Amino acid sequence: MNEQSPVMELSLHIALMSLMAVGGGVVLLGPQVGHYVVEGKQWLNNEQFSAAYAIAQAAPGPNLLFVSLVGWLIAGWMGAIFTTLAVLVPSTLLTLAAIRLQARHAGGRLTQALGDAFAPISIGFLAATAWLFTRISNVGWHADALTVLAALVLLRTKINPVLLIAAGAVAGALGLI
Amino acid sequence: MPLSTIFLVFSRLSMMGFGGVMPFAYRALVEQHKWLTAEEFAKYLATCQMLPGPTICNVALMVGSRYAGTSGALAALAGMIAGPFMVVIALGMVYQRFGELEMFRHAIRGMAAVAAGLILATAVKMAKSMFAKADWRANRARLQVALLALAFIGLGLLQWQLALVFCVLAPLGTAATYLVGEEK
Repeated sequence: MNEQSPVMELSLHIALMSLMAVGGGVVLLGPQVGHYVVEGKQWLNNEQFSAAYAIAQAAPGPNLLFVSLVGWLIAGWMGAIFTTLAVLVPSTLLTLAAIRLQARHAGGRLTQALGDAFAPISIGFLAATAWLFTRISNVGWHADALTVLAALVLLRTKINPVLLIAAGAVAGALGLI
Repeated sequence: MPLSTIFLVFSRLSMMGFGGVMPFAYRALVEQHKWLTAEEFAKYLATCQMLPGPTICNVALMVGSRYAGTSGALAALAGMIAGPFMVVIALGMVYQRFGELEMFRHAIRGMAAVAAGLILATAVKMAKSMFAKADWRANRARLQVALLALAFIGLGLLQWQLALVFCVLAPLGTAATYLVGEEK
């Protein structure tokens, strides 16, 4: 790898951004990485980036893997591996440090207060993420109806969600969305 | 607990996790293996959102660490990433070949719509379990409803930066629940 390689530049940039991505990573990192690789560096065009994001959302595994796919589209396997490590290493080190710290301070009233406050905030963020998702990827009321229907089915039944995703793919392919 | 068990459980839930691992992590860790209670899951999730980086991977690190220390944490993270990484790259190869096809693009759209529904259902499930035993005359429950609503409004409806909403709500919310805790 020479110094001109975008792999190192991209990975360093992602590693830095990943430290700012407090609160779930996916929501925050998505637009920032997109801005950097499309408008900033012009390594990908807008449609390629959007597709990478959509594919990673629909694929199994953590949504952060869209970063791997962006890396792969830009620089093949090296790009995929280094960008993935760039997302994971900084936050992993911090989390492992936080686990040590928490073990020592667990059980206090402040810990209790933190838990009581953070649980509802994270549920609110989760609901907001679902909402933002529909704003980003749903193109009309058909898609919104499918989103609500999927949520209702999941709440009322024990169906495996993978089957619902597959049904969504079929509905989309048939042109219903 | 053996590292291979941790690796396999997280591999499995991650490989099933279409459109986001969170609902599957909840099913596997809370409902199937009972490694966490629903409330512990919500708290782990909340703690992990405080930390930078991918929330679900931080949850994996914490659960792995709880059952087998630092090597357990790394086993959980490796399980979470390895399989899906290969799948995503394989899909990328398919995309490079067939990405122009109309039907392919429409199918992705349908999958994304369902994926949003899965996240919504998880949020509802977690809210239900958090408020299941709530005492509505107590300030604690009312405060939690307010925090939930404010988090949704700030991030979802007003579309403010996540970091901004978080930096306002987290300290204020913690201070408020700390003071309410004093009333007991």
